[in-house]
Amino acid sequence: MSENRVPEEIQENAAHEAAKLGIGTDEWVAQHEERTARKKGLKGVPQFIDESIPAWARWVVLLAAAFAFGAFVDNQYLLRIGVNLGLFVMLSYGLNIVMGYAGLLDLGYVAFYGIGAYGYALMSSEQLGHHWSTWLSVLIIIIGTALLGYIVSLPARRLFGDYLAIVTLFFGQVFVQLVLASDNITFPWADDYVDITAGANGIPGIDPFSFFGHKFLNIRDYYWLLLVLVALLTITISRINRTRIGRAWRTIREDALAAESMGVMVNRLKTMAFVTGAAIAGLAGAIFAAMQSAVFVSGFDMPLMTMIYAAVILGGSGSLAGAVMGAIVMSVLPEVLRVTNYSEILFLAVLVLTLAAVGKSVKRFTINIVSIALIGFAVKILLGFASIKITPTEEWVVGPVSRALSHWMYVPLDRVLWGNCAFVILIVLIAYFTTTTPRIKTILLPIIGYLGIFLWEVRLVTDVNTTRQLLIGAMLVVLMITRPQGFLGKPRVEVL
Amino acid sequence: MSEKKPLLEISNIDTYYGVIHILQQVNLRVDEGELVCLLGGNACGKSTTLKTILGMVKPKVGKIMFAGEDVTHQNTPARVKLGMAVVPENRRLFGPMTVLENLKIGAYVRGEAAQEDLERVYDLFPKLKERSSQLAGTLSGGEQQMVAVGRALMSHPRLILMDEPSMGLAPKLVEQSFEMIANLHSQGVSMLIVEQNANMALSVADRGYVLQTGRIVLEGEAKELAGHEELRRAYLGR
Repeated sequence: MSENRVPEEIQENAAHEAAKLGIGTDEWVAQHEERTARKKGLKGVPQFIDESIPAWARWVVLLAAAFAFGAFVDNQYLLRIGVNLGLFVMLSYGLNIVMGYAGLLDLGYVAFYGIGAYGYALMSSEQLGHHWSTWLSVLIIIIGTALLGYIVSLPARRLFGDYLAIVTLFFGQVFVQLVLASDNITFPWADDYVDITAGANGIPGIDPFSFFGHKFLNIRDYYWLLLVLVALLTITISRINRTRIGRAWRTIREDALAAESMGVMVNRLKTMAFVTGAAIAGLAGAIFAAMQSAVFVSGFDMPLMTMIYAAVILGGSGSLAGAVMGAIVMSVLPEVLRVTNYSEILFLAVLVLTLAAVGKSVKRFTINIVSIALIGFAVKILLGFASIKITPTEEWVVGPVSRALSHWMYVPLDRVLWGNCAFVILIVLIAYFTTTTPRIKTILLPIIGYLGIFLWEVRLVTDVNTTRQLLIGAMLVVLMITRPQGFLGKPRVEVL
Repeated sequence: MSEKKPLLEISNIDTYYGVIHILQQVNLRVDEGELVCLLGGNACGKSTTLKTILGMVKPKVGKIMFAGEDVTHQNTPARVKLGMAVVPENRRLFGPMTVLENLKIGAYVRGEAAQEDLERVYDLFPKLKERSSQLAGTLSGGEQQMVAVGRALMSHPRLILMDEPSMGLAPKLVEQSFEMIANLHSQGVSMLIVEQNANMALSVADRGYVLQTGRIVLEGEAKELAGHEELRRAYLGR
């Protein structure tokens, strides 16, 4: 055979290589242990958590914590965060089936949540004058959203990836527009218009849940309900994932064509994923409406959709524990960041950690910190000479961290102008940083660090909401670069 | 070969991709327990033939009989259920899933995978047992080939369709791969092998077909074909 006629030298070399690697293994496989060995330092932490604690123990700890939270916390605000977290976990679970397992990019997912919420609102408020029993309305919602999920899955049979994303995005927007427009509908057989959804005004005065004569008047009731539901869902979904259905879902995600040639009924399984996800989201929506006692369509639009996607991707697409973790980060972190004091500490902690990660050695790290301090003093002196008006210290200090920085930081009077300039320069510098040589990087790093702190104290502290979004966005970008599979996700392995 | 029972019989198949006429009047037969190879150069319609047999592509004209049933209008899962199994080109394993999961997917049409089926595959490829919890994408090419064949065997197939079993493998592994094919054949498994490596394929096959620009131009016993002057010039490089 012609391919076998290889020069002897190469053959010898190959034999040598083979002896080193072991017969039947190639380099990639030989390095398997090395690649999966625990990474040192910060990068190894998620892996360490993943490997050293068995899955059931993690769930037990989580459940115990959630139980203790419900039993001992009395603060209404905290309980509300807990309930929001529960809803978020349910939504992440549902999306994890559709997107994480079956790999279907469903951008209209949040509409099912909205339909569940509006469905419950219409069946249990003065809007249409219905006050049906909770059992009945929840049952109708689950079946109804499942049916809608089936309908939405029909185009998914022929579409994949970004094409499916466009179609489902359209579905999500149709829901929003339909709710907005349904406050003024004149049916052909009627003379007067009817108001079904109250449009942008939302529906207030929704009845709380009521089971066996027990009305859910306390927010804690919803917390317990959600805890039970999430626990049940966790068990059920992880069970399903281990059956042939779960395996088949994942094969569709990996390679639908190959899955089909193995006899997997791709279309039926896609539909099943859609239906399950939709029903879970619909149920979560009903609970949300009952808990909140009012619904507004703006709450079921793209911003929430991105948050749910972020939670699933952050935690690790295809992992239930990851979905919980992502939900915790995405629902609790914004609340923490609402308080300027905390967000300030968090911001500086992230900055210092980043410097530590980039600097690699203690010496580098120290040099960077000292350089940032020196730049700060230099700026203060230079701008002091230029006699630019400054903001009085009392006006910009918001917490212990900024108090500590108050003698070092230079805060000009026109905070918006200077802040915006600093923002643009910072972005440009970061973009340049990623492409330049190591030498220039060393010089740039302290400047970027200083500009970050400057931007924070001058501009971002004044605008909490924007800051929250920016911080979460930055965190996602950093995580996706350092750990593309998410916290607890399996690393992607490509065949070939 | 006293009694020949046709397992797969495709007659007068015409397959189009849009307006492009790919397969023209293709006739092909695989008997029970037979190893047939389908040879041909690049872009002559080998893979399309396989896809048509499997139902991934529907022929415009023609008839496909499998295991005594007309499957021309059935979809792929139905045909797999009837007993076709495929070892796809480039193996197409599910990379981020474990070897065990990949094998179990092979038994999808039969329900949950039975332990004895797994044992049968492990007997054939002991290496896979060691590697059962490893992610399929991290295996070497030869091991991936074993998983792909094992996956196909999991469904108790009556006919295994193999698309380019030599592709992307080192010469040594190509030989191993064909040894494995010969071994399976000796156990009575019927196979249709689509292959560019005519030499290797003819060395293990009972019969062969040669495809050229969508038409069957030659067919016959493997030994005859291997000695065929024209074929030797065209494909065997001698």
